[in-house]
Amino acid sequence: MSIKIENLVYKYMIGTPFEKTAIDDVSLEIKDGEFIGLIGHTGSGKSTLIQQLNGLLKPTSGKIYIDGEDITSKDINLKKIRQKVGLVFQYPEYQLFEETIFKDVAFGPQNLGLSDDEILKRVRRALEIVGIDFEKYKDKSPFDLSGGQRRRIAIAGILAMEPKILILDEPTAGLDPKGRDEILEEIRKLHKEYNNTVILVSHSMEDVAKLVDRLIVMYKGKNILTGTPREVFMEIETLEKIGLAVPQVTYLVRELRKRGINIREDIITVKEAQDEILRLLRRDKND
Amino acid sequence: MIKDITIGQYLPGNSFVHKLDPRVKIWLSFIYIIILFIVNKYSGYIFIAAFTLITILVSKIPIKYLFKGLKPILWIIIFTAVLNAILTPGITIYKIGPVNITDKGVYLAVFMVLRLIFLIVGTSILTLTTSPIALTDGIERLLNPFKRIGVPAHELAMMMTIALRFIPTLLDETDKIMKAQMARGADFETGNIINRAKSLIPILVPLFISSFRRADELALAMEARCYRGGKGRSRLKQLKIEGRDYVAITFTILLMIISIVSRRWSI
Repeated sequence: MSIKIENLVYKYMIGTPFEKTAIDDVSLEIKDGEFIGLIGHTGSGKSTLIQQLNGLLKPTSGKIYIDGEDITSKDINLKKIRQKVGLVFQYPEYQLFEETIFKDVAFGPQNLGLSDDEILKRVRRALEIVGIDFEKYKDKSPFDLSGGQRRRIAIAGILAMEPKILILDEPTAGLDPKGRDEILEEIRKLHKEYNNTVILVSHSMEDVAKLVDRLIVMYKGKNILTGTPREVFMEIETLEKIGLAVPQVTYLVRELRKRGINIREDIITVKEAQDEILRLLRRDKND
Repeated sequence: MIKDITIGQYLPGNSFVHKLDPRVKIWLSFIYIIILFIVNKYSGYIFIAAFTLITILVSKIPIKYLFKGLKPILWIIIFTAVLNAILTPGITIYKIGPVNITDKGVYLAVFMVLRLIFLIVGTSILTLTTSPIALTDGIERLLNPFKRIGVPAHELAMMMTIALRFIPTLLDETDKIMKAQMARGADFETGNIINRAKSLIPILVPLFISSFRRADELALAMEARCYRGGKGRSRLKQLKIEGRDYVAITFTILLMIISIVSRRWSI
């Protein structure tokens, strides 16, 4: 499912001395099945932007089209939009409330008015995607689990609604490196398998560099850079100016080039750097 | 929607009223309330109105803002006025079906409305011009004499400070949880009263859990910084009664004398 945003503006607390423009004339397009990384510093407007995409916030001006349908119009069925656009909030484990994991994951599908069979099927599938054993955990209380597992349950709660567009706001915030890698891997697999549109909000370049097809960089409510990770990370100066860092290997490559080593410039993952350095070393040996 | 609540809000400022000692402000508000109930003639309210208006002007609070705070209690005011007007025995001056509106009833209703409005406006001025910290500081000092009979003054003040501190946090949190559940298709606006009450569970449970977690973390953080209750605790800002406090006290006492005298007037 595609998303098209036209001249979106959002202002907080209009008409008070505290008025603030959170989104400042943003236009962008996201194609069906694309894996997008939305990055920006705290307060850059990323969270405000994604809340508009399923109608939780109404834009001050501008239009948003989900699959060609204008969701900013007055007579839109918001429930339908929220089924199509699944939004996982930051620290989603704090929204769990049911006695059992099954009931909690089933909350979304139930609100959609699905049959019991369908709900069971969806909960099973959603838990499987996030790597939680259905039989073993379905009757346990979500509050008995570890933080990382609770977050998976919460993500499964959105996945069970089977949204065509999945938006995750900092899904790895506060997790240890292992938990972070696992969740990112599950998201990657999910995207590969179902080929839905995924928007991953993050401020960690390392996280998104190896995952996404395209990056959207936000700064002070504006969309200042768009492109493949490779293209975006070449703009080291711009990114540093707005307080974002490129992946550490990119810095390493730049240092090496400064010292006269003829290494490829557009390296963004550790794996690429490893291959390239090995290639250079082997070539030197052969000379 | 939850952000419209203005009760207990503080408008930072630097006016004469803002700078008054919080203890003095609490005492004067207390006296002001007593004055409202001493006055039993309309003429007395002219002086109260003048006094209140001058205080508002000096404090530089936008009058519009004060009246916005009256909106939530508008129904209580109307309800009180109507009940007084129809339930007080006296000479009937107007009749709607079985309901009698009496002269004494109208007289009392106007009094009640005036008292309620001045009560809310007066106490709003107190909270609007006093930061929560200063307010609880003042309360703690005022309760100090009662420590001897076992009133935990410091603990009460600390509890109030913490409660006030967490109001905005909890409002934010509620907003966040509501949005998260709405993203899962929850509906808080339609359905009958039972369904609507049920739909609050997905908000209340996470809210309670996070409140307990916050309370726990706060207690640990306070202990880690060696908090041991009020005994022997020194303070950063010493409260001191100054010239302007005496000015405020003088004016309030003047109002009190006028209001006592006004009881003998004819209207």
